[in-house]
Amino acid sequence: MAEFEPREDTITADTLVVGGGIAGMTTAIETAEVGKDVILAEILPTLGGRVAASKQYFPKLCPPTCGIEINLKRIRSNPHVRVLTLAKVENVTGEPGNYEARITLMPRFVNEKCTACGECEKVCEIERDNDFNYNLDKTKAVYLPHSLAYPFRYAIDPRYASDERMKKCADACAYGAIELDMKPRTITARVKAVVWCTGWHAYDATKIENLGFGKIKNVITNVIMERLASDNGPTGGKIYRPSDGKEITKIGFVQCAGSRDENHLPYCSAICCLASMKQGTYIRTQYPDAEVHMFYIDVRSPGRLEDFYVKQQADEKFHFHRGKVAKITENPANGNVILEAENTLTGKITKMEVDMAVLAVGMVPNTSETPPPLGTPLDEFGFIVPDSGKGVIGAGTVMRPMEVAASVQDATGAALKAINHGMRR
Amino acid sequence: MEAKIGCYICKGCDIAKSVDIDKLIGAAKEKKVAICRTHEAFCNPEGLEIIKNDIKNEGVNKIVLGACSPRVFPEIFDFGEDILVDRAVLREHVAWCHPAGDEDTQLLAEDVIRMSVAKVEAVEVPQPLIEETSKDILVIGGGMTGMRAALAAANAGYKVTLVEKENKLGGWATRFKKVFPKAPPYQDLEDSGVEALVELVTRHDNITVKTGCTVDKTKGQPGKFAVTFGDGSEPMTFGSIIQATGWKPYDTKKLDYLGYGKSPNIVTNIELEAMVTGGGIKKPSDNKPIDSIAFIQCAGSRDQDHLPYCSSVCCRVSLKQAMYVRQQYPDAKIYIIYKDLRSPQQYELFYQHAQNDDGLFLTKGEIAEVRANNGSVEIDVEETLLGEDITIKADMLVLATGMVPTTKVDDAPASAEGSEAGSRPTEEGKTEDGKKAAESAEKGAHILNLTYRQGTDLPTLKYGFPDSHFICFPYETRRTAIYAAGCVRAPMDFATAQNDAYGAALKAIQAVEAISNGKAVHPRAGDLSYPDFMMQKCTQCKRCTEECPFGALDEDDKGTPLPNPFRCRRCGVCLGACPERIISFKNYSVRMISQMIRSIPMPDEFDEKPRILAFICENDALPAVDYVGIKRIQYNAMIRIIPLRCLGSMNAVWVSDALASGYDGVLLIGCKKGDDYQCHFIRGSELADYRMENVREKLKQLVLEEDRVEFHELAISDYDQIPKIFDDFLETMNRVGPNPYKGM
Repeated sequence: MAEFEPREDTITADTLVVGGGIAGMTTAIETAEVGKDVILAEILPTLGGRVAASKQYFPKLCPPTCGIEINLKRIRSNPHVRVLTLAKVENVTGEPGNYEARITLMPRFVNEKCTACGECEKVCEIERDNDFNYNLDKTKAVYLPHSLAYPFRYAIDPRYASDERMKKCADACAYGAIELDMKPRTITARVKAVVWCTGWHAYDATKIENLGFGKIKNVITNVIMERLASDNGPTGGKIYRPSDGKEITKIGFVQCAGSRDENHLPYCSAICCLASMKQGTYIRTQYPDAEVHMFYIDVRSPGRLEDFYVKQQADEKFHFHRGKVAKITENPANGNVILEAENTLTGKITKMEVDMAVLAVGMVPNTSETPPPLGTPLDEFGFIVPDSGKGVIGAGTVMRPMEVAASVQDATGAALKAINHGMRR
Repeated sequence: MEAKIGCYICKGCDIAKSVDIDKLIGAAKEKKVAICRTHEAFCNPEGLEIIKNDIKNEGVNKIVLGACSPRVFPEIFDFGEDILVDRAVLREHVAWCHPAGDEDTQLLAEDVIRMSVAKVEAVEVPQPLIEETSKDILVIGGGMTGMRAALAAANAGYKVTLVEKENKLGGWATRFKKVFPKAPPYQDLEDSGVEALVELVTRHDNITVKTGCTVDKTKGQPGKFAVTFGDGSEPMTFGSIIQATGWKPYDTKKLDYLGYGKSPNIVTNIELEAMVTGGGIKKPSDNKPIDSIAFIQCAGSRDQDHLPYCSSVCCRVSLKQAMYVRQQYPDAKIYIIYKDLRSPQQYELFYQHAQNDDGLFLTKGEIAEVRANNGSVEIDVEETLLGEDITIKADMLVLATGMVPTTKVDDAPASAEGSEAGSRPTEEGKTEDGKKAAESAEKGAHILNLTYRQGTDLPTLKYGFPDSHFICFPYETRRTAIYAAGCVRAPMDFATAQNDAYGAALKAIQAVEAISNGKAVHPRAGDLSYPDFMMQKCTQCKRCTEECPFGALDEDDKGTPLPNPFRCRRCGVCLGACPERIISFKNYSVRMISQMIRSIPMPDEFDEKPRILAFICENDALPAVDYVGIKRIQYNAMIRIIPLRCLGSMNAVWVSDALASGYDGVLLIGCKKGDDYQCHFIRGSELADYRMENVREKLKQLVLEEDRVEFHELAISDYDQIPKIFDDFLETMNRVGPNPYKGM
């Protein structure tokens, strides 16, 4: 059962789970369904993480909301889970079986009286960039993060909380739910184990200069593509090319954009081949005559996911080309994008002009920028080293790049690792 | 305890602006409602206090809450296990998607209250079924996965019995010299750690190891699995089971197309591993050192004539084995011929490291022919990157073969494969699943040897893997409290398999804990209700026993169902299947829904107010209807919604009830069925679709138009289609005309 905000200054549980994406939600609810107490701390105003920003999962092409809905149902009704949002875990000290975490609860400026009726949003005069949609559109300064947000309550962007104009929102609320003078508060959590599930972010594509992202309008990344395709995205799910809103007739997917590359991410992010194939189906569904061209070094679709690759190969408009795209330029006459792919062995160059290109960028673990506490060992890329016996227990994409099913599997296991860890003394 | 109904109608969130609250109170008071109150916002502390006070001081124990959707604030409106709460959705389903002050909006709101009152009148708070159950866990398979699962559960304080058919623990890991690296710098081969794990498992107080032992029979149900063993040892009782029986290599007999059998110098990766752990790699034909060796990847894999899937590990295994070769032969030439080199994640660094070897030649290509002559092997490779066909000559050839799950039954008929997805009704009005179950009972791998009516083993999904179909729920199996882990579930490496073992062990622990408290496991985790059978009225039609997606029901000789409540997942598919209406849950029954159907006043045919009943699956479709409200999208107010646990729990009698009561049409909205089904109870929406046949038959008998009943599959993200479905159906009803049974 989620609690909007604890009243106590010290709370206790068996396990603290940090990060409320699919891995964190899973670790938390799987632990709770054993009957152990869990604190799930998410830094944003809602649970859901990156999966909530996806249109569909491969290979079933089913919506993530389906599973999130079930997980939220489990979380909402389970008395052993305590969900803290806008909760920043500042530091953790202690030893297995006895940890103390300092958690800052950042102000939401909306209290538990909020019914999500939306009156405040109607009168709000301030807009903010919508980071959920990679700033491709805007929301009001008081906003419901997305339609599956949990807790299902509004939040106010802290940059605008002290803006005079926000008073109007407070006045519009019939329930006295808006508190513009809310202050951060730090609480202590005493737990037996800590599971770190802070997830990933996409590699910064502007660093891959030869591929033109940020300079050529019709070059986007896979994560942006996902938002364009989503019905709750900036275009309501309609995929048009960014420069002129033209419909798509031919699209290029550039695999290993910055991945398997010593100058960028030397590792393979494991999911990008399948993600691009999946996104190819978005195009093929919306534009039945459009061509999809995918440039790859190796197509990596392990296990039964091979079936998904076989299925796309059977589509005569879905073309696979072996070769790494080394250069992307713009055709100034029509805004098209010219891909130059190099056969790594022969050096032969293939050129292709497409309406737009999608860079399949890799996953960077968030632990590379915000390392976990307790001296948790990381590899050179910032992933948590498995089974080191030191520091926090990691789950999901802080361990290795992985897809949702693997993250859930990893997170379910992490729930037991944490229980074992807590009993180790 | 005497039932006392309290009805609380919230005025907040536009409800009071939308409808006349006094009339809603009037609608509630048509029935025996003891207390009826309103408030500006029942979710706020002051409002909540009113309800809590009535519970405490007035003895209210059944609550109709006319407010927001049950998806919102269930924790706030949880008044303890003895208090039944039903949420009459006035916000998302009325105020937010219908015009305020409109007559039809008002009538809808009143009916929403009436149906909720009818529901709480018909149901009771379920009492859990608590029996003496075991919390001990059986792990089948003593390889790395099984041992890790046993250890993880044992360390959490559970008693574990680990059964291994071989005479010693360890499995494949004992036959591998090294494994590829899972830790930085991801370059050098590692030990598998199998000896240490065997030691820990063997010495653990909570683990009993039985080697040279198989499972002879598994009877009963979760919490009470009565297991007898092949070695004749004392039978034991377990709460849950982990199947970690692993994999076997692909049949070499089928690899003659790659030259296997033509020369002793053509071996599999498994055979090469045996040479390495034996005396080292030598050319098998003459036992002499080798100068060159070739590896063919995807030998019998990623091939529609063999194993269509990728075994995930073979590329890395060949890179590892190339390192063995290099260690023994500093100058040997090593060739790896692949389709795609698959070294995902940080294993890419292992691949990069392997490429530092100047004598290792990696080439992409398709194999045209393999020839063995004069003690060497020649491989013709086509479609190489260089664009030319090449021939590689080597002393030895290693075929990188894939993994086949131990659950795969050789030459199983296609029907036994993929038994999860497709089952079609037969003429007798039953699905083929029963037949398939019988087939798979014969053809099953006979590892668990379950005495279930639906077969001896975990149903397989595809290619013989008893894997989960669910991306979000990878441990979901169709046999409650039995979880597959490791390579039996999907091809995976040792590191992944051991994480998988933790996951399966966690689920096994969860299951025994839930069962000991009488609670359901996923997806209705924590549900205390379970089905009750009024056996004296059973006609032995066997529909329930055949259709239960989880094999919960066995049968006696006559075909009377033998319920196993701890196997039950509470979907209600049995309730939907039963033509005699003898299956009920305390808080979900045929009677409950029938009463809801009949609870509303039916406008007569001259009122031009059609009434449409919509049975909506509460898992995906109902949240989608909520979104429509949240997005303030409008649709007609003639729809009356009844949520179902699963559309598979739809009993055809409800459609008759609805039409007999004068509803003009009935909509059924459930999850997607088919190969990529999204039904959370696997076969529910498919069964509902199949029951449509019966419904159509019924319509014919009643001389009613077929158009009066429509079935829709809907993903949760397809909420934008809902208004169209509702409005189009209304149009159809207007075209077809009023139900002639209206007012009869």
